[in-house]
Order: sequence, then C-alpha cells, then structure tokens
Amino acid sequence: MSVKTMTAAVNEAIDQEMARDERVFVAGEDVRVGGPFGTEAGLHAKYGDKRIVNTAISELALTGIGVGAAAVGLRPIIEIMIMDFVTVAMDQIVNQMAKMKYMLGGQATLPIVVTTHAGVDSSSAAQHSGSLEAWFCHVPGLKVLMPSNAYDAKGLLTAAIRDDNPVIFISNKRCLQTSCEVPDEPFALPLGVAEVKREGRDLTIVATGRLVIDALDVAETLAGQGISVEVIDPRTLSPLDMDTILASVRKTSRAIVAHEAVRTCGIGAEIAARISDEAFDYLDAPVKRVGAPFTPVPFAPLLEDRYLPGKAQILDAVREIGLTT
Amino acid sequence: MSRKPRLHIPPAPARPGADPDFSYIDIVEAGSVPRPDPHTRLREIPNSLIFDMVRVLDDAHAPVGPWDPQLDPEELQAGLRFMLETRLYDDHMLRMHRQGKISFYMKSRGEEAVSVAAAMALRPGDMLFPSYRNQGLQISRGRNLADLMNQCLSNSADMCKGRQMPIMYHWRRGNIFSISGNLTTQYPQAVGWAMAAAIKGEDDIAASWIGEGSSAEADFHHAMTFAAVYMAPVVLNIVNNQYAISTFQGTAGGERRPFAARGPGYGIPGIRVDGNDFLAVYAATTWAAERARAGTGPTLIEHVTYRVDAHSTSDDPSRYRSKAEPQAWPLGDPVERLKAHMIKFGQWSESRHEALVAEITEQVASAWEEACSYGTMAEGPFLDKNELFEDVYRDMPTHLIQQREQMLEVDRWGEEN
Ligand SMILES: Cc1ncc(C[n+]2csc(CCOP(=O)(O)OP(=O)(O)O)c2C)c(N)n1
Ligand SMILES: [Mg+2]
Repeated sequence: MSVKTMTAAVNEAIDQEMARDERVFVAGEDVRVGGPFGTEAGLHAKYGDKRIVNTAISELALTGIGVGAAAVGLRPIIEIMIMDFVTVAMDQIVNQMAKMKYMLGGQATLPIVVTTHAGVDSSSAAQHSGSLEAWFCHVPGLKVLMPSNAYDAKGLLTAAIRDDNPVIFISNKRCLQTSCEVPDEPFALPLGVAEVKREGRDLTIVATGRLVIDALDVAETLAGQGISVEVIDPRTLSPLDMDTILASVRKTSRAIVAHEAVRTCGIGAEIAARISDEAFDYLDAPVKRVGAPFTPVPFAPLLEDRYLPGKAQILDAVREIGLTT
Repeated sequence: MSRKPRLHIPPAPARPGADPDFSYIDIVEAGSVPRPDPHTRLREIPNSLIFDMVRVLDDAHAPVGPWDPQLDPEELQAGLRFMLETRLYDDHMLRMHRQGKISFYMKSRGEEAVSVAAAMALRPGDMLFPSYRNQGLQISRGRNLADLMNQCLSNSADMCKGRQMPIMYHWRRGNIFSISGNLTTQYPQAVGWAMAAAIKGEDDIAASWIGEGSSAEADFHHAMTFAAVYMAPVVLNIVNNQYAISTFQGTAGGERRPFAARGPGYGIPGIRVDGNDFLAVYAATTWAAERARAGTGPTLIEHVTYRVDAHSTSDDPSRYRSKAEPQAWPLGDPVERLKAHMIKFGQWSESRHEALVAEITEQVASAWEEACSYGTMAEGPFLDKNELFEDVYRDMPTHLIQQREQMLEVDRWGEEN
C-alpha cells in the first residue's frame, strides 16, 4: 500500500498489466510523452514504440485499429484524450466493437478498453468538458466504468484490461489529482459491483465520479446536524449493481442520485427510475436527481461555477426532500 | 534479406538533448518551380508543385522566379505590419497568461506569414474557416485587438459571451468563421460554404486551415472528396509546422510524401509552399483563389513552416524535441525574411522597423487597457451568470426556463438563509 494519485494508479494498472500480458498495448495521441494527463508517463521508455503506440490524430482510426487488433487476439487500450473527442469514433464503438460478438454469433471476442478523461476542469469550455457516460450506458455490449478514487481506478482498470468485453473506462479530470492508499501489487475489482462508501440510515446518495467526493462531504456536513447519510458509488455504470442501491434505499427510504453530466437523460434517470420501480413502497420521498443544467459547458469561471453541480446542489436536494430546512 | 511484415514507427528528427536534424525537409532553390496557368487541368500540372517547394525569396532576399507576386511597397509594408502585430499580440497575451490574467493561450510565432499573406491575397468577401493558430487572419482583416482580448478574458464584451476557450474567436462582419476545439471540423464546413456560394452563383470563395496533425482526422478526407466532386470554390490549407503537440509530422503521414501530395489523389491540385516566405504564400494563395473563383475548383496548399513556441500554455516542448530546433529551422523567420527583403530594395530600414515595433507595442498595450475596462478575470464588470441559459436554442424552451427559475430560487433561498 502507498498513497497514490488516481493518475498514478491508472499508470500503475496499465504498467502492471502490460508487464503481465504481452498482448496488452496502448494506442493514443501523445501517449509517447505520457498522454495529456500523464497516465502513460514512463511507459514508452519501458515498453517501446510497438506497445505504446503514439498515433496520428484520428479517434476514429484509433478505435478502429483497436477492433482489428483485438479481433486477432491482442488486448488494446485505446486512449481518447478528452471524452468530447469520442464523438468522431462513435461508429467504431457503437456499431462495431459493441455489437460484433452478438452479430457474429458469439464468435468474436473484443477485449478492448477505451480510456478517456471527462468532466469540467477549470475552464475547458463546451468541447473539452463533457461527461458523456450515459451515451455508452445506452449501448448493449459495452461495459462502462467510472471510478471516483485512485484505489477503485487501479482495481477497475486492471479488471477492464483482463475482461474479454469492450469496456469504456472514464476518469473524471477533477478526480485524477486526488489520492488515497492503493495496493502496490496488481489487483482487480469485480466489475458491476457498487461500493457503499459511507454507511448511513436516513438518506442514500448514489453518486458517480467527482460527485462521490461531494456526496461524502455533504454526508459529513449533515452528520453534524444529526442526519445519517449513506453514500453509494456504483463504480460500474453499465451493468449497474442495483442490488446494492436498492438494499440501501430500503433501509433509508430516501434517495438522491448525483452526477456531473447533464441531468436530462443522465445515468441518474436510469437509477431513479429503477428505484421507483423496485423500491417504491419503501420510499418516503421522491427520488431527487442532481446533475448539470441542460446547457453546454461554458468557459468563463463564473458561468462554469453556475453550471457545475456539486455540494451545494446536493444540499438543495436534501432540503427539497424535507430532511433539512 | 528476409522479407516479413514489420511495424514501422516514423522516427522523430531530434529528441531532447540531440542535435537538431532537418535533413528530412526537401528544400529546392527559390524560383525553381514553374507556375502553370491557374486553369491548367490537374493532369497537366507538373509534379514539382507538390514535391518541390514554391519559394520566391532567395537566400539574398531577392524575389526570383515565376511565382513572384510583384507586390508594391505599400502592400509589403502592410504585410510586415500585420505579421508584427500578430507576433506582438501573441507575446503580450503569453505574458498576460504568465501573470495569471488569462487562463490559456496558443501562439503562432513563426507561422505569421501563413495567415497574413493568405488573408491579403484573398478578398474581404471570401469566407475564412481558421484553426486556432490563425490569429493573423483576424489581424490582417483589421480586427480591433481589444475585441480579441475581450474574448480571451471572457469579460462583459466577449463575443462568445464566456462560452468558448481563449483564441477561439469568430467575426461575422469580417467573414471569419468560428474556431472549433475539436479538430478539422472547419474543413467540411468550408467546403459546404463554398458549395453554397456556387449554388447561389456568387464569386466569393472559402478558405480553410488545419494543422498537419489534423489532416489525419476523417473530416479532412471527407472534405477533400466533396471539394473535388463538386469542384467547390475553396482553398484548403495544411499548415505543416512539423508538430502536433508532441507528435512529429511523420506520424501524421508526412514521412514519405508531402502533405500537398494528398491533393492529386482526390483530384485536387496540391502546392507545397515555403510557409515562411511571405511572397510565396501570397502567390500560392492567389493562384488557388483565381482557380476557385473561375470555377476551376479547389486547391490544397501545404505550408511548410515551424511551430517555434509551445503548442499551448499547457505544453512544454522540452519534453519531446531538441531545444536548439527553432534556431536550426532551415526556412528562417517570416518576419525577418520579409523585412530583409524590403530593406534590400530600399523600401524599409532598421529605424523604421524599430519605430513600427514601438508603435505596435503601444497599440497592443492600449488595446489591453481598453479590454480590461470591460472586465478582467478578477474584476468586473462580469458577465451575468444567468447567460448560462441563453442561446442554447434560438428561443429558450420551457424546460430551460424552469431550470433557470429553479436556480434563481435557490439563490434567493441562499440569500435569505
Ligand atoms: C478531435 C480532437 N482530437 C484531439 C484533440 C487534441 N488536440 C488539440 S490540438 C492537437 C494537435 C493538432 O496539431 P496540428 O493539427 O498539427 O496543429 P498545430 O497545433 O500544430 O497548429 C490535438 C491532438 C482535439 N482538440 N480534437
Ligand atoms: Mg502541426
């Protein structure tokens, strides 16, 4: 165990899996110098040009070569610098890697990980700040991961690389610099398993990515007022571990779902609907959703601040369901 | 020799610590490339246009050969002025970034001729679709520097209303399209604009610029196909400044063939031009514009140049290239070359140059002062934060009105408690 940033944890997971399995390689833009956030730092020196493939700028070709290479038995990690750039690769992801196994009667195995960096990060504006995870959760055949801390990032990415399905691995940019204790040796966390980050009795907050940190903050604040909050991080957004979420809601009778992405049609909508469906009788209040307004992400700090959901928005939701005044 | 498949990784010329090596750049003598009539059919255009290099200024700064645009002294002085204005504007903005006054910036040092000469060779009614490194287009079309600064400050006079990153300018009245953070999207847009101009029967043309790295994106290839098929009146520029952030141009496909050579494959003539030679850029653009305007179709121009500074304020080139590269760049500096040419022919002098630099420095400083009067990042006047909800649609839909109301309600609650 040692304290690591999420960036370092991601780097370590890639490094250890590349060392363990020769079939694993990374392709992406500027990965030779470590990628835009340093998640591949030092790896080129260690593994060389053929396993850290610094490609031309085409997210479409990048994901396409991932499909081709995976089809012949390699295990590509495809890095899309910034999540907004994934738009030009959608055909390869949605129509190819996600459906191929199914369409080919089960005969294709595509162990691809698409890694990317999402979310607002001090004024990056509308084309560099997107949280687009819900798009991929809507696609059968893909698994979607979104860790909120360094420990989960390492364990989930390791599992993703070892998984035989296409996996979208999303790092929230504001989580990358946070750190916690992470095992030094390789370890894999199970995919599709949520984690209770804090136990509580009065309210369940299901949060993803950066909002997990905000939810834990809120839980701490509310504990001072005698309100006991349970915080759940699904970690895997597809497939969702509803059992853990439902068990919590049956205990607390109240739920808030929080994410950084636009609230409309976000992953929170799916979670809230499933809670209403499957735990309606247990609810003492409507399920509240916290997310960004239905606007592109602005640039100016003042506007970005207005846009970005966080602690204050979660506290508003707590007030709306009548737990605070 | 055993023959088997191998993965070729294009090498970069000089990593940090190594001696710069630009031997990979084929440079021919100025004046050696013929200039065909602009309406020549593709198959009759000599290959030297794509494999050699259109250059006008020779090593002694004299204009030579058939591409000499024979500009008069006033035009040369305007070109020099716009290039200097671009450079000093860039320098000022980088300083403002270092002082924490703006949060991001991208310079175009060494590439000023690519934008300025092209803008001057085109007509004011021609529509420009720039990348983020074409500030010279704005400046050559007479943009008020304070307007550009307002955008970088996202203050109360920001043309983007605080919604776009610094340097992603646009200028409706100046016929300059908005800049995208996602690469290469401007290429098909320029082709579409050009097709529309042709449909409407207008003789304004479009021009667009991308970096050589961006030419790997699908948009480039799709745009080339459409431009060729419809003979769209458009000038398509690839600015080959040797790097895409840390990635050497060989990785984008420039290793064995010039980017200009992409053109003929699509049915579009290509020109490889010395991008640091103001006169050559001007001449190549004029040739392409004449072709487009007369209905002969699109042209692809590769500008061979060098990105002297970092990619952006988030980049550190010492991680991936030799520090000595900028000085070793074989095509020199566009400002210095034009200046030397003008001095040689008695159209300019060191003292006039110094006076011009002083004048522009003053102009930039007072523009900054003006811009700051509309607000800085630290001091007002600020944008109204509820501008967040405007302009998502032409008219604000009910659900957005409701979201804005909810936020205002939370504000009021916050004020009361
Ligand atoms: C679709 C997309 N992919 C990646 C990026 C990240 N990116 C921004 S600039 C850049 C390099 C572009 O290089 P080049 O086209 O050569 O232009 P230059 O910066 O040299 O002017 C990259 C990779 C982006 N903005 N958009
Ligand atoms: Mg470039």
